[in-house]
Amino acid sequence: MAHRIEIALKDTMRDPRGERIKGEIEHFLHLPVTQVRTIDVYTVDTGLSTAELEKVASEPFCDAVIQTWSIDAPGATGFDFLVEVGYRPGVTDNVGRTAREAIEYISGRPFQPGEGVYTSVQYAISGNLTENDVERIATELLCNTLIQRFQVQDAATFAAQGGMQLYIPKVTGESRAEVREIDLNVSDEELLRISRDGVLALTLDEMRIIQAHYRDAQVQEDRRRQGLGDKPTDVELECLAQTWSEHCKHKIFSGTVLYEDEQGNRQEIRSLFKSFIQRTTRDVRAKLGGKDFCLSVFKDNAGVIRFNDDWSLVFKVETHNSPSALDPYGGALTGIVGVNRDPFGTGKGARLIFNTDVFCFADPFHEKPLPARLLHPRRIYEGVVEGVEHGGNKSGIPTVNGSLVFDERFAGKPLVFCGTAGIMPAEINGEPSHEKSIRPGDLIVMTGGRIGKDGIHGATFSSEELTENSPVTAVQIGDPITQKRMFDFLIRARDKGLYRFITDNGAGGLSSSIGEMSGECGGCRMDLSKAPLKYPGLNPWEILISEAQERMSLAVPPEHIDAFLAMARRFGVEATVLGEFTDSGYFHISYGDRTVAYLPVAFMHEGLPPLQLPARWDPPRHEEPTVEVKGDYTDDLRRLLSSLNICSKESVVRRYDHEVQGGSVVKPFTGVTNDGPSDAAVVRPILDSFEGVVVAHGICPRYSDIDAYQMAANAIDEGLRNYVAVGGSLDLVAGLDNFCWCDPVLSDRTPDGPYKMAQLVRANQALYDVCLAYNLPLISGKDSMKNDFYDGGTKISIPPTILFSVIGKIEDVRKSVTMDVKRPGDIVYLLGKTGEELGGSEYFALMGKIGNKVPMVDTVKAYARYRAYHEAVLQRLVASCHDLSDGGLAVAAAEAAFAGGYGMALDLTRVLWKGDEAGRNDATLLFSESASRHLVTVRPDKRESFERAMSGNCFASIGVVTEEQVLAITGVAGGMVLKAGLAELKEAWQKTLREL
Amino acid sequence: MKTKAIVITGNGTNCETEAANACRLGGFDEARIVHISELLAGDVRLDEFHFLNLTGGFLDGDDLGSAKAQANRLRHAKVDDLAEHLLDQLLRFIRDGKPILGVCNGFQLMVKMGLLPAFDGRYLHQESTLTFNDCGRFQDRWVYLKTNPATTSIFTKGIEKGIYLPIRHGEGKFVAASSEVLARIEERNLAVFKYSDPAYQAPTMDFPLNPNGSENAIAGICDETGLLMGLMPHPEAFVHYTNHPRWTREALPEEGDGLILFRNAAEYVKKHLL
Repeated sequence: MAHRIEIALKDTMRDPRGERIKGEIEHFLHLPVTQVRTIDVYTVDTGLSTAELEKVASEPFCDAVIQTWSIDAPGATGFDFLVEVGYRPGVTDNVGRTAREAIEYISGRPFQPGEGVYTSVQYAISGNLTENDVERIATELLCNTLIQRFQVQDAATFAAQGGMQLYIPKVTGESRAEVREIDLNVSDEELLRISRDGVLALTLDEMRIIQAHYRDAQVQEDRRRQGLGDKPTDVELECLAQTWSEHCKHKIFSGTVLYEDEQGNRQEIRSLFKSFIQRTTRDVRAKLGGKDFCLSVFKDNAGVIRFNDDWSLVFKVETHNSPSALDPYGGALTGIVGVNRDPFGTGKGARLIFNTDVFCFADPFHEKPLPARLLHPRRIYEGVVEGVEHGGNKSGIPTVNGSLVFDERFAGKPLVFCGTAGIMPAEINGEPSHEKSIRPGDLIVMTGGRIGKDGIHGATFSSEELTENSPVTAVQIGDPITQKRMFDFLIRARDKGLYRFITDNGAGGLSSSIGEMSGECGGCRMDLSKAPLKYPGLNPWEILISEAQERMSLAVPPEHIDAFLAMARRFGVEATVLGEFTDSGYFHISYGDRTVAYLPVAFMHEGLPPLQLPARWDPPRHEEPTVEVKGDYTDDLRRLLSSLNICSKESVVRRYDHEVQGGSVVKPFTGVTNDGPSDAAVVRPILDSFEGVVVAHGICPRYSDIDAYQMAANAIDEGLRNYVAVGGSLDLVAGLDNFCWCDPVLSDRTPDGPYKMAQLVRANQALYDVCLAYNLPLISGKDSMKNDFYDGGTKISIPPTILFSVIGKIEDVRKSVTMDVKRPGDIVYLLGKTGEELGGSEYFALMGKIGNKVPMVDTVKAYARYRAYHEAVLQRLVASCHDLSDGGLAVAAAEAAFAGGYGMALDLTRVLWKGDEAGRNDATLLFSESASRHLVTVRPDKRESFERAMSGNCFASIGVVTEEQVLAITGVAGGMVLKAGLAELKEAWQKTLREL
Repeated sequence: MKTKAIVITGNGTNCETEAANACRLGGFDEARIVHISELLAGDVRLDEFHFLNLTGGFLDGDDLGSAKAQANRLRHAKVDDLAEHLLDQLLRFIRDGKPILGVCNGFQLMVKMGLLPAFDGRYLHQESTLTFNDCGRFQDRWVYLKTNPATTSIFTKGIEKGIYLPIRHGEGKFVAASSEVLARIEERNLAVFKYSDPAYQAPTMDFPLNPNGSENAIAGICDETGLLMGLMPHPEAFVHYTNHPRWTREALPEEGDGLILFRNAAEYVKKHLL
């Protein structure tokens, strides 16, 4: 029978977890609480003797120095209300899993099927509260009812009932292994209903194509031979829905776009992906010729480039937006451990060397009402930050680079970008590590976690907008430790050459991974009844498409299977043979002896005609704000420094381990007190070499309110200029594009589809133009095209956003440059010209304006200047360098100054100007966000060499670093227009998010 | 004969690569990363090595409290083809007078297994713990560690005032089982490292200099033999000046502060165990 083991802190011990909850209740719910104490509860459902039970409670579960334990005896005392929060049945319970292993070590007996350990947390709350208040605390703070359940008890009831009742969140239900047939010989309305009700996200055209396939006489005859009828099975229909989902198939990027620009010029674009993204890489590689460093692009889970003769670099950035909107913690945790599997599943498998993450949220201090089902931005912020913290830290991968971007429209869907880079030997067992193959006869092997209902329809659901009734099962919770164990095992199996092909089990589960692998060799035969399940009651279609986490799919040659399985057992990793790969031309799935799916591989992968997508560009006109001419801009600078997009993110970044693996060279924070914001990260992946990897990114969604072309161009330039600033080489650098768009497909829900589609076209044009000019091949990327919220009334669409990540090399990390000014007397240079480009700027945002004059990127001048600057870095002529972006020169100067602990005296009359003199004034010179600019300091004795290195480029000395702890800027009229102490500027910059 | 260091990994250990690297830089002829499953299978035995590294990570996700599940595993797991528990090998390692260094998660493991402070050689008796930081959050930041000049630790020879290292943990607050235990740790000079001011003048309880609120600002302790030592900060993460957060603005020696611990371990092994 089951028992409740409670672990409580001794009364004398502080309870930081409880204190944090207390703070959040007061701060965000404004309710009076005097104390919150927490208790860990383990509901143990397995046969144990009393002695064993006590040993379990007192040894692994309890830390006797600070805690007490009790069995079936409630430990909570001295509270007004008790809230207990645990997981719903079937939701991954990592602590429960570890507790179970601990028990097995003690009892020496493995758990029987159906037995388990379930964890929950008790919050003992004291304060003058009503039942109602406590319900609010539970639902708005402690519990995400989507995946968790809670009970509330007041002190009296608790006493009367002798504590919380025993509850076992066990999934009940016996294996039914039902396979339904779906009749597609029905009306169009009915076809659409089938798609909608089944969360298949298939359009009418797609349903018709499937209908036609099953009407084909030849198809029907082939099916009969397999004992199948003329109707599709649910397994087949679900499998096609996964394979053809926007998430997996990128239908918008491969569709045919009919684009019309503002002059009415028409253009037909067959596949944005082929016409712009692939073409970019192709043309850049042609330009690079013998210097081409791309090894594997677009075809694998991540891109692969050369690092040196012995090592290859792997990089991928993913998004996990929709799940993070529903369950921020689980969604983000799954996002990071999920993207880890991409580089790991690339080529023959890569060792993971760092993570990057960029989050786009609405204002966490948002106080207006929100549509039902949308979580408060602060909960999304807290949950996402913690999810990525656990996913990254526990996996032992340093989080080295990232951003937080804020815009109210991200209340509709937050954007959660997670990136992971890996490194692998250029050759493994004599073969190039970035290549892999499958031969007919190779065995289908699944390793890692078991399959449950979690993550069913993740792929199709993320291909739709978020609605009132988005499926609960789409949410998963990642388990970094199970995955870490699997990686520890697989990386060793890789070096022993025990498998031929590896790929990730992500969106679409086995239907995608095995479906794609079947494409490699021309077919497969897989028995779903062999798949290990978390609990009984899954139907074959659910087993096939479940996105349960921590799984890799492999092709193992029969001659190695025994060694592979034996090694897996030894490393405590589950590995199961599910079937074999064939060249039959069919994706042949059975359950036991019964065939449940029989799909031609060609139909799965090429059966889909391109979408026809109208796109019409007419440039928006916004009110042109008048720039107020003032005598003093110090207060504007203070407000900018405190704004969400510019302020310090240290409270978040310190929660991420950015140094594990020992190769950290340029950290997220630098300067005299380790708190200045670095432009990019430099990491040493091989500890006995000084060659480094440099990673940076650019993102500026607000510019797409004016023109998505410039949004994209500026994001790419920002990524590269951050990369260049720290010393990244321009001879080995690649880009990675992540598109997050609002639905651009014309429909009654999206009447402005053609405009959003035109924005997408323009962003792609910029991608090609700028990357070609910068010699940036695109090695991988991802698109997420349905970032809207719609509840029938309100529609919230995110601003079209590109995250542009840049990865490359620095030959000698000892030449890296950081952004903090180094010593008084150093000369301050501004590289690049400034123009009247306040459109979409943070400065205009302060006034609630957008404007029209968005920054334009002059790639030719910028690239030459970046190259010259890099030469100066190689000659060690640069003391510090900081990129100019949000908030322009004033913000960059303030950051560089307070990071270095020295003041700065600048003269705006010396700043190089481009364009119409009429627009030249102090405000514009201070806050314009003109692209491609760097603020550099140089030692006086290096002045000549630096100016020689930069000669022929636009740059000017605009001031000097001062002993005095003050930022002082004189304006065009010669008078002081900005003067402030570094301490107050830093405080303005640090205070906003310090407490979060 | 070769000096051999072992770094145990698996189940969530994360710092094995840099720990092994630090051992090599510190002077060990061989630094081997061994997965716990290789030990439990009996393929590798602790007896083959002179210096044991229990390094940083998130053993079992810290799910039952940091390192608790691994402490339980080491107590109860049998080695496949030998008639002994892994624990027997570990205790033999200690009896043989071989040094053990626990870092971060490894320190948590040693404390919770009762390998530290182990008064009067009483091992496997837990007398202190490491628990959640007072700030309630995981922290990655650099700290100044004042070194106890009277310590018996074999790892700290040659440290003048103190060393500067990063901490990266959510459960680093040192708590003794009682004021007596704490007093004894102090009397016997077992508190090797204390969080201090940048000049290594005095221990501090002020955040962030003391990042977790440890009692008496204790960051690391050793046993009375001085051979077993554990600390929350990461010595293996500062072995070269480019690891330092301010290396681009300060004149620093080639070698990082953390390396001296591994150098001393190697020296000790050469002197006493070959």
